[in-house]
Amino acid sequence: MAKVLVVTSGKGGVGKTTSTAALGAALAQSGQKVVVVDFDVGLRNLDIVMGAERRVVFDMINVIQGEAKLSQALIRDKRIESLSILPASQTRDKDALTSEGVEKIIAELRTMFDWVICDSPAGIERGASLAMHHADVAVIVTNPEVSSVRDSDRIIGLLDSKTDKAEKGERIEKHLLLTRYDPVRAARGDMLKTEDVLEILSIPLLGIIPESPEVLRASNLGTPVVLSNPDAAPSRAYLDAARRLMGEEVPMTVPGEKRSLMTKLFGRRVA
Amino acid sequence: MSLFGFLSRKPTANIARDRLQILLAHERASFGSNGDLIAILQEEILAVIAKHVAVDRDKVQVKLDRGDSFSTLEIGVEIPPGLAERQLAAKRATLRAS
Repeated sequence: MAKVLVVTSGKGGVGKTTSTAALGAALAQSGQKVVVVDFDVGLRNLDIVMGAERRVVFDMINVIQGEAKLSQALIRDKRIESLSILPASQTRDKDALTSEGVEKIIAELRTMFDWVICDSPAGIERGASLAMHHADVAVIVTNPEVSSVRDSDRIIGLLDSKTDKAEKGERIEKHLLLTRYDPVRAARGDMLKTEDVLEILSIPLLGIIPESPEVLRASNLGTPVVLSNPDAAPSRAYLDAARRLMGEEVPMTVPGEKRSLMTKLFGRRVA
Repeated sequence: MSLFGFLSRKPTANIARDRLQILLAHERASFGSNGDLIAILQEEILAVIAKHVAVDRDKVQVKLDRGDSFSTLEIGVEIPPGLAERQLAAKRATLRAS
């Protein structure tokens, strides 16, 4: 039975697209059939983070308007065979995304894949509510920072009231993914701790992704971080999070960067 | 700030946590997942009270506090001084007359 997962946050720039790409690649790598779907009409970025920007011919709006078949719009990943991308439109108006059209596409994707991962746009407008509407599972991406936690709280409220599941009186499964976490600053009392964020939002923790230069490197390369450097701290955190999504029990740790003795001695920054 | 100012800086994470807790307590009451429920309750409670007593819309407050083990629903109705007594007396008078 396919699962529809929405990666959402309310606030922009917290790591939704990076997390969509990384979780999608991690799940696909373990043999699951995965499609990552970009819902950000007008500001599509998932194709870039996945390194597929030059292979986009048709997009989701073309499919909704009957100009292309779904199979024509899906882009097969070149690195992992069981991973596909459904891009958003870069040129169309976001009103072209109709709720009937989205419903039809999601239903069709459910028959083709094990995981349908919807990358939500920022905000709480139409695009974001369409991205979450058919979800069975939600991953709420949050930075340990006041405005991000506040927006996540608002999104959790919407997930519990405005989704298809909520309207049927069922509960949507929700998970917190804490990104850009810096254990050193948290220990020093200069960053909200994981426990603080969990206590405030009171949803289960899926993973803690440490702040790392590897994430920007991966984006520069157009490769999900779990593929560009699987041993890097954020990659290990994403791989663990993907295993938890598949129902495995994995002990929660904050992976640290593996640093050489030289950087340990001389690489410490002052502030 | 002195050259070694960073040594004497106070941690800020607990300020962030306190600000969030206060902010969210307010926001959840107004438009959290219970926002619709609260709006409905407010309307219906107001309608019931208005049947018997003339009361200002803004003077009916409905608040829901989410807790771990239980939540509390707080309903506050502010009635102008002496108004309720006068209206009840008038009602009794009309009942007696009929």
